[in-house]
Amino acid sequence: MRKMIEGSRGVAEAVGLCRPGVISAYPITPQTHIVEELSQMVADGDIDAEYVRVESEHSAASVCLGAVAAGCRSYSATTSQGMMLMAEVLYNIAGMRLPMVITGVNRALSAPLNIWNDQQDTMAIRDSGWIQLYAENNQEVVDMHIQAFKISEDDRVLLPVMVCMDGFILTHTYETVDVPTQEQVDAFLPAYDPLYKLDPKEPYTLGAFAGPEMYEEVRYEIQRDALASKDVIGEVARDFQAAFGRWYGDVLDSYRCDDAETIYVAMGSVIGTMKDWCDMRREQGEKIGVLKLRCFRPFPQDELRAALAKARRVVVLEKAISVGAYGILAAEIRAALYGQAATPPVHCAVVGLGGRDITFDTLDEIESKTRAGEMDFFAGLRREMLEAG
Amino acid sequence: MTATAKKPRRKPPLGIVTKPGSSLRNRTGPWGILRPEFDWGKCTGCNTCESICPEGCIRHLEKKQYEADTEYCKGCGMCAAACPFSAITMKEEHR
Repeated sequence: MRKMIEGSRGVAEAVGLCRPGVISAYPITPQTHIVEELSQMVADGDIDAEYVRVESEHSAASVCLGAVAAGCRSYSATTSQGMMLMAEVLYNIAGMRLPMVITGVNRALSAPLNIWNDQQDTMAIRDSGWIQLYAENNQEVVDMHIQAFKISEDDRVLLPVMVCMDGFILTHTYETVDVPTQEQVDAFLPAYDPLYKLDPKEPYTLGAFAGPEMYEEVRYEIQRDALASKDVIGEVARDFQAAFGRWYGDVLDSYRCDDAETIYVAMGSVIGTMKDWCDMRREQGEKIGVLKLRCFRPFPQDELRAALAKARRVVVLEKAISVGAYGILAAEIRAALYGQAATPPVHCAVVGLGGRDITFDTLDEIESKTRAGEMDFFAGLRREMLEAG
Repeated sequence: MTATAKKPRRKPPLGIVTKPGSSLRNRTGPWGILRPEFDWGKCTGCNTCESICPEGCIRHLEKKQYEADTEYCKGCGMCAAACPFSAITMKEEHR
């Protein structure tokens, strides 16, 4: 049913339709509305789940870990500092190969304290073994959560999935969203059937100990399955399209890239602005295209090579920075293109940190700077502030 | 929900699911280089060593006689440090 709802409400409804048994979360801006809505839905009896209130994100993730280990579909959501506090448990959930879904609402990291959007928080979790999907708009956010449980619980995957959505820009924006029916979601997403679970009748220890004689092989398997999960992500996207009629690409989605000489790459909600800007530039006769990464982990290396094969220039927009190196996504795209006969220059524009708006002016500035040959730079810097000291 | 034929399942990922008893199966004694040596002449049978051992590997043989199970003793030395009668000495052991 088509509804005009806030992005957070959309997430809550989508999660409810996935019938989680346990939800545990600690409220933190701008994730709060999602878990407020879910706790209300549980309290009203709209969904048959246990909502476990906790004193921290570390505990929220731990509750979910235990619940999935006991064979129960589980969900949490967090952002920013909460994501950092969860980090230890997030590695454990992935390491124990426990399927679950977390909404990673994207927000800047302290210090200085900032509650607004960038993607530093989830990018900091990129090496944990979680699959990371980034959504462009609220319809994709809703649909991505339903896909996420299916990807996560697939026997070939058994890895947790983080659905990343830009804080405020998506969470607090009202958009028309087509929310599927319970029957549709039930037909698409069967009940969770755990491969193994904690059971007093047949006791197990999960993730206990692996010494030097075994640990590498365990890590090899998680890497192998994470890389192979790309196929499942594409398969689930196609199944979803067949069932619901909506398609966002599998691991990538390209916009006007077929004859593009310059391809702009980014993740998340900024893609919408970039598409409009691309249309404007196209009207001026410039062959620009936009490539969206839906899936950052596993990293779609081969797909990026194919999608950028004909580009003469690549420009990556980064809402995060590896301090002391530079843009994370640009570095990985450069690595992905390395070793081919001809590789285009890959420019890196760090942009939109701490909620700074990314406008057509910002994109114009990036275009002129990269045309002038700048490789790694911050776009939209207020020089007057730096000079004033 | 549509009923479908049950799909064959994969093996659990390596090293994640452990059946009970692994701390008995994994002999951790070889990790250590020190072993407790018990002087039964000084021992009063007070049981301090047995109760403090974090591995639970000290056995009470008779009233004033204890010994460590070297298959599991990592040589941490807590028994020697705690013994009120200095009846335990940590000795280097080369395997």
